[in-house]
Amino acid sequence: MTSRPGLPGYPADDRPLTRAMRADGLPATIDDYIAAGGYEGLRRALEGLRPPEVTTMVTESGLRGRGGAGYSTGRKWSTMPLGADAPHPKYIVCNGDEMEPGSFKDRFLLERNPHLLLEGMLLAGFATESDEGYIFLRQQYDTAVVAIEHAIAEARERGYLGKDVLGSGFPFDIELHVSIGRYICGEASAMLNALESQRANPRARPPHMTGAGLFSRPTVVNNVETYMAVPGIVRHGPDWWKGLSVTDEGGTKIFGVAGRVARPGCVELPMGVPMRELIEVHAGGMLSGFALRAVSPGGASTSFVPAAQIDVPLGFSTMDEVKSRLGTGTLVLLDDQTCPVGMTLNMMQFFAQESCGWCTPCREGLQWMAALLEDIEYGRGEPGDTGVLAEGVWFMDSDKCFCDLAPGAMQPLESALRLFPDDFARHVAEGGCRYRRHGSDAPALRGTTW
Amino acid sequence: MVSGNGQPPKLVTVIIDGAEYQAEEGRNMLDVALALGFDLPFFCWHPVLGSIGACRQCAVRLYWTDREGREKSEIAMACMTEAQEGTRMDIFDEEAIRFRAEMIELMMLSHPHDCPVCDEGGECHLQDMTVMTGHSYRRYRGRKRTFENQDLGPFVTHELNRCITCYRCTRFYNDYAGGRDFGVFGLRNQVYFGRAESGTLESEFSGNLIEVCPTGVFDDKPFSRRYSRKWDLQTSPSVCPDCGLGCTTTLSARYGELRRVQGRFNRDVNKMFLCDRGRFGFEFVNAPERVRTARIGPGLLPPQTMMGPAIEEPAGAEAAQAEPQPIADAPTEEGARLQAEAHAAAAPEGQGGQAAGTAALLGELALDAAAGLLRGRRAVGIGSPRASLEANYALRALVGPSRFFRGMSDTDDRLVGAVLEIAADPRLRLGSAADVHGADAVLVLGEDLTNTAPMLDLTIRTWLHLRPNEVEERNHIRRWNDAGITRIKRREPSALWIATTHATKLDEVAAETQRAAPDDLVRLALALAHEVDAEAPAVPGLGDDEAELVRRWAAALTAGSAPLVVAGCSSGSAELLRASAQLAAALHRAARGESVTEERATLVLTVPEPDSVGLRMLGGGTLVQALAAVARGESEVVVVLDDDLDRRAPALLVDDLLRREVPVVALAALEDRLTATAAVVLPAATFAEETGTWVSHEGRAQRYFAALPPADGVRPSWRWLRELLVRLGRREARGWTTPDDVLAALEMELPAFRGAGAAAPAASWRRDGRKVARQPLRWSGRTAVDAGRTVFEPGPAPDADSALAFSLEGLQPPASPDELRVRTWWPGWNSGNGLHKFGEELTAVGPARPSGVRLLDGAAGHELPPVPAPARFAARDGEAVLVALHHIYGSEQLSMYTPGIRERAPAPFIGLNEEDAERLAVRDGDLLELWLPWMDTRAPFALVPSLVTGTAAVPVGLPGLPYISLPARARLTRAEEQ
Repeated sequence: MTSRPGLPGYPADDRPLTRAMRADGLPATIDDYIAAGGYEGLRRALEGLRPPEVTTMVTESGLRGRGGAGYSTGRKWSTMPLGADAPHPKYIVCNGDEMEPGSFKDRFLLERNPHLLLEGMLLAGFATESDEGYIFLRQQYDTAVVAIEHAIAEARERGYLGKDVLGSGFPFDIELHVSIGRYICGEASAMLNALESQRANPRARPPHMTGAGLFSRPTVVNNVETYMAVPGIVRHGPDWWKGLSVTDEGGTKIFGVAGRVARPGCVELPMGVPMRELIEVHAGGMLSGFALRAVSPGGASTSFVPAAQIDVPLGFSTMDEVKSRLGTGTLVLLDDQTCPVGMTLNMMQFFAQESCGWCTPCREGLQWMAALLEDIEYGRGEPGDTGVLAEGVWFMDSDKCFCDLAPGAMQPLESALRLFPDDFARHVAEGGCRYRRHGSDAPALRGTTW
Repeated sequence: MVSGNGQPPKLVTVIIDGAEYQAEEGRNMLDVALALGFDLPFFCWHPVLGSIGACRQCAVRLYWTDREGREKSEIAMACMTEAQEGTRMDIFDEEAIRFRAEMIELMMLSHPHDCPVCDEGGECHLQDMTVMTGHSYRRYRGRKRTFENQDLGPFVTHELNRCITCYRCTRFYNDYAGGRDFGVFGLRNQVYFGRAESGTLESEFSGNLIEVCPTGVFDDKPFSRRYSRKWDLQTSPSVCPDCGLGCTTTLSARYGELRRVQGRFNRDVNKMFLCDRGRFGFEFVNAPERVRTARIGPGLLPPQTMMGPAIEEPAGAEAAQAEPQPIADAPTEEGARLQAEAHAAAAPEGQGGQAAGTAALLGELALDAAAGLLRGRRAVGIGSPRASLEANYALRALVGPSRFFRGMSDTDDRLVGAVLEIAADPRLRLGSAADVHGADAVLVLGEDLTNTAPMLDLTIRTWLHLRPNEVEERNHIRRWNDAGITRIKRREPSALWIATTHATKLDEVAAETQRAAPDDLVRLALALAHEVDAEAPAVPGLGDDEAELVRRWAAALTAGSAPLVVAGCSSGSAELLRASAQLAAALHRAARGESVTEERATLVLTVPEPDSVGLRMLGGGTLVQALAAVARGESEVVVVLDDDLDRRAPALLVDDLLRREVPVVALAALEDRLTATAAVVLPAATFAEETGTWVSHEGRAQRYFAALPPADGVRPSWRWLRELLVRLGRREARGWTTPDDVLAALEMELPAFRGAGAAAPAASWRRDGRKVARQPLRWSGRTAVDAGRTVFEPGPAPDADSALAFSLEGLQPPASPDELRVRTWWPGWNSGNGLHKFGEELTAVGPARPSGVRLLDGAAGHELPPVPAPARFAARDGEAVLVALHHIYGSEQLSMYTPGIRERAPAPFIGLNEEDAERLAVRDGDLLELWLPWMDTRAPFALVPSLVTGTAAVPVGLPGLPYISLPARARLTRAEEQ
């Protein structure tokens, strides 16, 4: 499943995120990009718009952050200090530390359509009167590294980046920073610390990043896909963007499906497309012999949605109805032949490993929860264990932790305890997991060993 | 906390558990709750280090009203919540209570539960908080994570399995103290605090890790070798003897030994931290070299009682001694027999019981002998800058003001004298270390602070970290928000400028540094003064580079309104001190205009020793004058107060004194060349065994209290001198029964000391008829400590000198006044983290009770005359200007009795820069010979690249190098191999 044209029945047949992509899978060159209408938004802004007008357009479009939190992009930009009194330099930072398990939408976009990101960041820089852009990319995205380096070189050569962008007098350049990357760098302030070569611990707010972000200067941090939405909005206007979606949230988005489906992969679709359509039409439905049991909708840090509720439209507000979140919009499917306890354990081990070690509940609690889940999965569970797991869900709630890593980690655990209580009980009662042969792949050591 | 703009804090009403309280706006709610007396547990918050919100231990329920007017609440961290009008929180909320216990359970998942063998036990904040939250049963059944520990050197232990990951250590060591060899490694539940590999911690402030760590990860290594639980330690408030800053300390003693030194909160000086020399440099108190019993030299005994061969009569008898007079009141044969018996009795046991009685008897005999020597003879007295003010004054009373001399080196004497002149200048106000916090720019002139006044180094680093900042103000980041300010400060331009003769460690945090010879430093100071205040005289002959630097620095120093100059005595140049003062006055005038009424420190001047200023204020002559008086035969007996003359006078002069056989009465704590030959040796108490007063570098009189009673024949020096005065029929001394009486007499005679007696409550102070107990209620030594010597239970040692008692009976810390607080302890708060219980203002800046009394304020002196500019320094062939190199470990004598300090002191050397080394053709391993008119010495050459060509560095005070008076020009040659 790669990008495909929008289907009939959608409000508009347009794919602004993938339009410029080449069919051969190589990164779109600057010529490919310009041929598909690229840098038109930038030209429009430079030639006829004042910076706050760009921010207003983004605000009016209703664009919400595509990193998972869904905060209004325009509102974030509007808190940047403008004018003669504003401190400089100001920074535009793109968070490309895509590490949410099951998510690969940013990689897809970065590898295939790098100029769209540059144009989006240029527009953000123009709108906020910023001086410099940084792309923070995890080291493992080596194909994307090459694509972006090449794109930056092309853009500099053609005058899209540099001391005087397109002769307009607006100076803006972009640096690529390839980081070792950690899951915690998905948290914007931790990523800024990493960019400053400090430990990647999240920062306390206040100060907000638009007040004191990178190097303590005003900074906008957005996700790759968020910046990529901006050029279309500026080129065609906010109403065009709003008209793209099924629901009223506006625009398109890259959705993905992983799991036992016919065609796993990702696709650009309007916001609000029903989850069922994504799975059954675009991903080709479940493989024969497998039935869908639940969906982890937007990376591991979102609650499971039971198979019975997959008619929900994929949108920031609509997912509340099924007690989950859109997150990154990349679905991981739990089928009927995979152990839900095992899947939760797998996620918890990931989160425990990725805790930055700053605050107590996350640092100690996640590894305790992972150890308990491992006990349950491998037949060492005790009757009170699910109670302790539920307690973990309580003490790692969002008001109790420093950042959202542990609260996010608790979403699959909480929903697993809620949706699959029988599986947990059976594991404890039967002394292990019925989905795997007992003892065959149990770790030799009791407890956590990573 | 005083807000950045110096406005008085605004009070707001906050609501805690339903009751209204007044709080300073903008303080964090943990601080507020603790100050109000609530027991709210915490780990990562620290009164000086601030809040980071990491440990999640101070969770409360916080209420607010949302935009639609609905009441909302959630669990929030009090330490990250700002006090505003109407801030409402519940500490005793059911969920918050449960959550706080849960956090302890989490921190204890991998904790080794080794309290019985942990040095922290009994004063462990983690223990206290565990008990406070009620957590008791650990449900985790997984494998505990374990760490490999490191050897961090002679001072600090490392047992990381006990770590609860509060980040206090790295925040102190790296963010505040500027250390670079320690940090945080790893992540998740494997966060590791330590060095990249085992090795001695490089920071001069590493010992503070012991106190900031809330559990037993970092502990006091020397203390662990002769360990006692806190409840078994006898403690007292004291002052550090290792430099002139007057940092306040808490001493702990057991079994007649001083066991450890900790920082004692003091808003005016050191806040709560100490340097490692101050913390660990106390071993001299317990050293085998201590003088324990009084002695009478062989020369005072009739020859027939001598055990060894009789001393030869001086061959060439000199005028004054041509006819040795019979010594009146010399011990009789009977006396000699008694003395021999007493020695025999005292020697084997060495302490306690009968031996102590004998030692006391020996003391009486020695007093008789000394009184006999003094009676009717012209005596000179040599005071000491490390003895108490009381002792120095008593000595002055004994010999008379005109025969009282200051036992300081002539360099120190001249420079401390200049400090007093400067203090009397009405334009200037001397500041303490803590006064750095009131500055907006600091210029260090000629001082290597890390090595001469270490806590000033730390204070300047802390000030750079905490000073108000534009980014913080724009973003409303409070000073307690360590998570916010730390990373902002990393990017801040410094506000520190340093000009010295050689590179200093503090350079790394300076905006700009300058290297110059001493005379050129004077020129720089004067040129800066002229640049900021046209009325100050100009300096002729400035080069273009110099003029540009002067313009740049002057602009930086006058950019704000509160520049501060830091200088001191270590450079050896009184002209530099005066020039610094001229600059400080000019800066102050430029910042404030003509009228100077404000009580802001303008100048911080370091002095070398704890009572340098007090001794200098007593008047009298210099040490060299004293030695000259003896040489001229103007004195028939010399009384030396606890002092090592070899460190303070050219060897030539000391040799001369010892050769002359003028009887010496030595009041000494430690054996040295003088005690070996003195006629009478009186064992003097160290600072840990007596109550006394020192006047610090800023003229602050502070009282220190004995932590243990003097054992054997040891007595406080002033008491020995009082006994001599009484024996000599001096009426006034009869009334001297406590240090307060001595100080009263001093204040009466010398008005400059007025108020010194009020530095602490008098010995007669009582509350409800009780003294303050030095021992905790749970002290277990009452019947046990002396059981090895006697089956009888000894009564508590008497202490007439202070309002403290060597007993567990008396007032405990919650009931004792601040000046007499013997330790930080409160029910439920056994560690040092319970300071807030005493109502201390704990934030890094801001008001609290003063420590001691400042004596030099309002001294009616006159404005110092302008300092003439010296000629520009020019290197001379074959001759070098000597500059002093101080070492935190090595330059101070007493601390060198501590093994961990001795091993870190450098070997003697003479330093040159590359150019001079080349000219003299010396390489590594070569010996240099240094020639002065009255002496010469040799030491290995060492490269000191930062020196200015034409100057040579000589380390101060290192064993093996003689005393050299500065400033000096010396001839240097390469020494031929021996």
